[in-house]
Amino acid sequence: MKEFISLVRRDLRLARREGGAITTALGFYLIVVAILPLGLGPDLNLLSRIAPGVLWVALLLAALLSADRIFHNDLEDGSLEVIALGPLPLELVVAAKSLAHWISIGIPLAIAAPVLALLLNLPGDAFWVLFLTMMTGTPALSFLGAIGAALTLGLRRGGQLLSLLILPLYVPVLIFGVAAMNAVITGPAPFLSSYLILLALTLATLVLAPIAAAAALRLNLQ
Amino acid sequence: MQLNVQDLACVRGGRRVFEGVSIRVKARGGVALTGPNGSGKSSLLRVLAGFIAPAAGTLHLEGGDDETPLGAQCHYVGHLNGVKNAFTLAENLAFWAEFLGGGDVAHALRVFGLEALGDIPAGLLSAGQARRLGLARLALAPRPLWLLDEPTVSLDAGSRKILAKVIREHMKGGGIVIVATHMPLGLRLDQELKLGASVRTP
Repeated sequence: MKEFISLVRRDLRLARREGGAITTALGFYLIVVAILPLGLGPDLNLLSRIAPGVLWVALLLAALLSADRIFHNDLEDGSLEVIALGPLPLELVVAAKSLAHWISIGIPLAIAAPVLALLLNLPGDAFWVLFLTMMTGTPALSFLGAIGAALTLGLRRGGQLLSLLILPLYVPVLIFGVAAMNAVITGPAPFLSSYLILLALTLATLVLAPIAAAAALRLNLQ
Repeated sequence: MQLNVQDLACVRGGRRVFEGVSIRVKARGGVALTGPNGSGKSSLLRVLAGFIAPAAGTLHLEGGDDETPLGAQCHYVGHLNGVKNAFTLAENLAFWAEFLGGGDVAHALRVFGLEALGDIPAGLLSAGQARRLGLARLALAPRPLWLLDEPTVSLDAGSRKILAKVIREHMKGGGIVIVATHMPLGLRLDQELKLGASVRTP
């Protein structure tokens, strides 16, 4: 456990020192959400109807931007080899690094979402659902991203391949995240059923993704 | 403690890199791996560290901890240093100490003559200094088996002497060292394993 925490702390400290990733993700999120109304025109009803979907899709893409970095830097400078020989099983190494990715990228994006929702005229009572569903869904994005990052490790254009591999896996999170929000905005489906499925998706991902990603890492370390 | 390697073979990309490699080395012993480029020195070390599954043969550390894999009982220093440029030298080692269950960062820095540089970012180091920082892991956490792959790359004569001294002390303390190198280390290892003679391409 001590090793797990020290690995998370190190990755968070690295993310803070090296900056970059979170600024890019937040900037990308802002720009995608901001240019959409320019393309669609100033129809407030339309904007507030599509707001949940837009906010979620843009968040998926923003989270994906930095996902290929989860293992890349550690492979390049040799740290990954040393970490792999440490006392922590590789599955927990993946979990620690995904958790650090969520804290440094997922949480800031989830916090930024309600602010960006103002640009899309999201109905007032949907703000708390937006924040809640995003805090619930974003861990799954980081952990699924780790699978793609481990699979595409060492490839020259890994980031592009990663998008193709991982975006389909994001679809369930997207569907139930948006469904939970629409339940509150338009009804009549109950909020709780969609939200609980989203929660279940995240929990399943937390368990299964580290196993898959660790297997891919083992192949890449050969 | 004794490292037993029996008839080890390694296949990479369909090519048999080496086969029939047997090593038997006791505590306080060392093996120098030699052979031309591509003869499988690095592959052998990576098999021993557990990164590559052997195609045939067995390896076992007698008197080691049978519960932990061999990789977790060894220090592997490969071609890369495992150094984070955004961290200072002390921070780099402090993380490894925490993660690998080691101890004294100041001591490790001192052993490799880096104590004056503890507070500067590792990104500013020269290639030789970064190599020394990578090697400082050896002095940080005690592990019985050291696997060193060309550890002398970019080291000057003084640093090579330090490394030889560290290796000698490790062996004196009951450890085992396997080192692949082209350069004479200024170190007497009791065995030499020449790879390359047995290489066959199908």
